[in-house]
Amino acid sequence: MTTTQNEWPLWEVFVRSKAGLDHKHCGSLHAADPKLAIQMARDVYTRRQEGVSIWVVRSDQIVASDPGDKAMYFDPAEDKVYRHPTFYELPKSLDHM
Amino acid sequence: MTQSIQLQRKPEVQYLLRVGDTALILAQRLAEWCGHAPVLEEDIALANMALDLVGQSRALLTHAGTLEGAGHDEDQLAFLRDERDYFNATIAELPRGDFAFTVLRNLIVATWAKLLWEQLQASSDAEVGAIAGKAVKEARYHQQHAADWVVRLADGTEDSRRRIDAALAELWRFTPELFDSDAVDAAAHASGLGPRVADLREPWLAEMTAVFMEAGLSVPAESGFRSTGTRGVHSEHMGFILAEMQHLQRSYPGGVW
Repeated sequence: MTTTQNEWPLWEVFVRSKAGLDHKHCGSLHAADPKLAIQMARDVYTRRQEGVSIWVVRSDQIVASDPGDKAMYFDPAEDKVYRHPTFYELPKSLDHM
Repeated sequence: MTQSIQLQRKPEVQYLLRVGDTALILAQRLAEWCGHAPVLEEDIALANMALDLVGQSRALLTHAGTLEGAGHDEDQLAFLRDERDYFNATIAELPRGDFAFTVLRNLIVATWAKLLWEQLQASSDAEVGAIAGKAVKEARYHQQHAADWVVRLADGTEDSRRRIDAALAELWRFTPELFDSDAVDAAAHASGLGPRVADLREPWLAEMTAVFMEAGLSVPAESGFRSTGTRGVHSEHMGFILAEMQHLQRSYPGGVW
């Protein structure tokens, strides 16, 4: 019972706050199955009124970008300020864009 | 040492203390798991439940003190009564046992409490109705969480099954007390304060049986043993838990956070 294979799988927890529109990643936990993972997430991450909805997903189901690809993936965007929509003259009647 | 307070034994006070003291003592037992639960996540879950129960107890003890009319507040009622003036069900005071014992006891008590709170929402006493409206949501979660664990352990490994079987054999004889009706109960029923607990037995057994079926457990036969904590006559464990709970308030009278 001491091998890592017998430990509960890891789950990533996403919580939507009362005022929030989207679920935000707030941490991870170990749980035996999806139902228990939701209950554990409720007890660990929403005990101070943080949320009104919870998603959990098995950590091993998440596909992540490789940190080694960081320079290739993200640095080229640094000098492309023209991609930000800040260069348009807006008509005066559009105050709240 | 601070002297004990003398409780005025009015039926409505005793009725509310049966519920409030059961929550208070079970909270103390659950809090014993803090730092000791099998996994961190469950450690927090058990502490959350203990705090829910403390909250329910505070509300009920405060209100019982008002009905008693002797000027006793929640702290005095929680920490300065003598053993025989506590009216919790005996099952709440039993030592914490192993994790299987804990989740099965939680299931037994939470199912009882949920059914009781549901009825108390319609209490003739508006304050009790308001407390019940909040508590019933907490009890529903306690029941579901405990039921899920009982099913998992019963249907888990050889060891977890053995532990659930042992817990069931030990705990079942303390369940009839939860449904023992008497004059206190009859008075509450007559005044509309709350239900006769005897009337909760049938729905309680139905809900317990449903969980047991899923878990592959059978409902044990009812034993002739009767525990009597709700009448103030407790098991040998009660004195020890009270000594621990009362130590601070008795040594440092009026101490607050």
